[in-house]
Amino acid sequence: MNQTYAVAAVTAVVLATVLIGALGLRVSRTTSDFYVASRTAGPRLNAAAISGEYLSAASFLGIAGLVLVQGPAMLWYPVGYTAGYLVLLVLVAAPLRRSGAYTLSDFAEARLESRRVRRLASLFVVGIGWLYLLPQLQGAGLTLEILTGAPDWVGGLLVALVVTCTVAAGGMRSITFVQAFQYWLKLTALLVPAFFLVAAWYGDGAPRARFDAPAVLREHTVVRVADTVRIALDAPLTLTVTGTVDAVRYEERSVTLDPGAHHVGGGTVLALPPGTAVPERRAEGADPLGWSQPLAGGRDGHQLYATYGLILATFLGTMGLPHVAVRFYTSPHGRAARRTTLVVLGLIGAFYLLPALYGALGRIYAPELALTGSADAAVLVLPDRILGGALGDVLGACLAGGAFAAFLSTASGLTMSVAGVLAQDVLPSRAVRHFRLATPLATAVPLAVGVAASKVPVADAVGLAFAVSASSFCPLLVLGIWWRRLTPPGAAAGLLLGGGSALAAVMATRAGLAPAGWPHTLMAWPAVWSVPLGFLTMVLVSLATPRTVPAGTAATLARLHLPERFTAPVPAQEARR
Amino acid sequence: MPEHPQPRRPRRETVTHASALGDRAAPRLRPRAPHPPARSEIDEQTTLGHTYVRSLMRSQLRAALTALGALALLVGTLPLLLALPAPEALVWATLGVGVYPVVWGVAHWYVRRAERNERDFTGLVER
Repeated sequence: MNQTYAVAAVTAVVLATVLIGALGLRVSRTTSDFYVASRTAGPRLNAAAISGEYLSAASFLGIAGLVLVQGPAMLWYPVGYTAGYLVLLVLVAAPLRRSGAYTLSDFAEARLESRRVRRLASLFVVGIGWLYLLPQLQGAGLTLEILTGAPDWVGGLLVALVVTCTVAAGGMRSITFVQAFQYWLKLTALLVPAFFLVAAWYGDGAPRARFDAPAVLREHTVVRVADTVRIALDAPLTLTVTGTVDAVRYEERSVTLDPGAHHVGGGTVLALPPGTAVPERRAEGADPLGWSQPLAGGRDGHQLYATYGLILATFLGTMGLPHVAVRFYTSPHGRAARRTTLVVLGLIGAFYLLPALYGALGRIYAPELALTGSADAAVLVLPDRILGGALGDVLGACLAGGAFAAFLSTASGLTMSVAGVLAQDVLPSRAVRHFRLATPLATAVPLAVGVAASKVPVADAVGLAFAVSASSFCPLLVLGIWWRRLTPPGAAAGLLLGGGSALAAVMATRAGLAPAGWPHTLMAWPAVWSVPLGFLTMVLVSLATPRTVPAGTAATLARLHLPERFTAPVPAQEARR
Repeated sequence: MPEHPQPRRPRRETVTHASALGDRAAPRLRPRAPHPPARSEIDEQTTLGHTYVRSLMRSQLRAALTALGALALLVGTLPLLLALPAPEALVWATLGVGVYPVVWGVAHWYVRRAERNERDFTGLVER
């Protein structure tokens, strides 16, 4: 891949982001501008901004990688990300906007009139936000490493810096423009190369991708295995090795491996002849795939359960993601919030037609990525692999720019919401100055964790954030909006038990504490039981504490559900906030 | 909604406390100009006013549950259907393309229904 083009594309995206952010600096004046863009974003602008923010690295790179490795069943990810917006639309969009609060913690406090529940909600907002920021920064590191060979922390640091500066400088008003721009950038960056790739694929005789059998290499391929992996062979394999296989060192030696399991040392270079079936990679211990494979379901009898776990987490988790929820407060009124969501569904649905295509092409033209563990890079390497030459370089650079737009937009939305909560609930006042102090804090923590922790596959870390959000904020929002008898103790218990158990289960699985078989599947995909647990706890504890139903419940619910003409505050008051 | 125009350029002010709780003490539901009777019932939060609010909530909840039911039926059952031996092309066609127009269609129906519920409510209250 041509480094100059790619670096130029990434630089252009970063510069454009900073430039548009700087424009926001000139128009952002009041606190209201800062947090909610003064609630003046119309449906089209706002919908493009929401979609731009939502389509993260997991969508741009992760889905194609998952499809390459595990086949079309992984398309449940984009389906879930999209359907999550439908659930959000029908259950919470308009009331959330009408609640008139800035963040999920504000909503919790306004509805339940309790500082304690507010603080607990803030804890979850920050936790989920950081969980979601982590893979964005790591994905940026991976992309820059592939493009330029820079160490993997450089990309994360770059994204963290740019995001911190734009968000601290312009707040919500400026990132609304930035993110709307980035949606169209991402769509173009994926769509234009797709035309060329499909044309080349057609000119190549339209070979079919196979997912029911090991992928077969089309040409002589040299792969470098980054971390030690265990591979399983069904048939003897002859290849040229430089490095260690099964603890024996080779220097460019031709080796024939017997069927069975083999260890390939980190940094080993394997040269595979054309026609070879790509060896299957086996999960093991701290191997990053040990994280992704159970989460992605595998091919055992638990797959149906895992699919439903994924469906519940994504369908119900979207509404509780801090950066998604905060976006609804920027609509001018509840009806606009609904119409905005409808446009968003169209925009993200159109976008999600593309990653599947890249995944299928990746399976045909770059199947060895499944072996090296960098399947997330499939989107980036395809133009070079299929087209090559100057055209391949230019299109590759185009995709690299789009990927960076994905990291930047999602990371800025998350930073915005995490910093908003930190500024309100941790620092003493919500003046703009404190918001600016909170911004670096919001990005520093996931950046540090990302450098310290091992690689987490992008799409799956995002899946964890969805599961926690679905078991904590989904019950809080749904019951808060539609049920009069919700009480603060009920909400607190539900948040802790639902969200806490989902988080604990996945963390325990990751740490290798889960026993094999069904317990492992249940813990790796908690949403199926943790969402009902969250709801049930909230309902039962609320029913047991009927005296603590907030006094203003009826008035709050009226404000959430009535059209604004019946409840709208005096405009001047709004502007002053 | 055009009836509450925002001032062009808000004055710059230091904000000390602006939580959403702040303005609930003074209810937003302030009576304005001469209202039709039903409307002041809502404004003054009488029992009858609550009944109006409940009826709107119920109709909106019904619309929401219908949309969710459609989603569960059309998309939620797909894992079961696709678990049956099916040609791989079918999986690609449904999950890769077919689901999205269905989801959008349900959303479109819901938005129209919810707006109609609100219009009906406004008509009822302001008659």
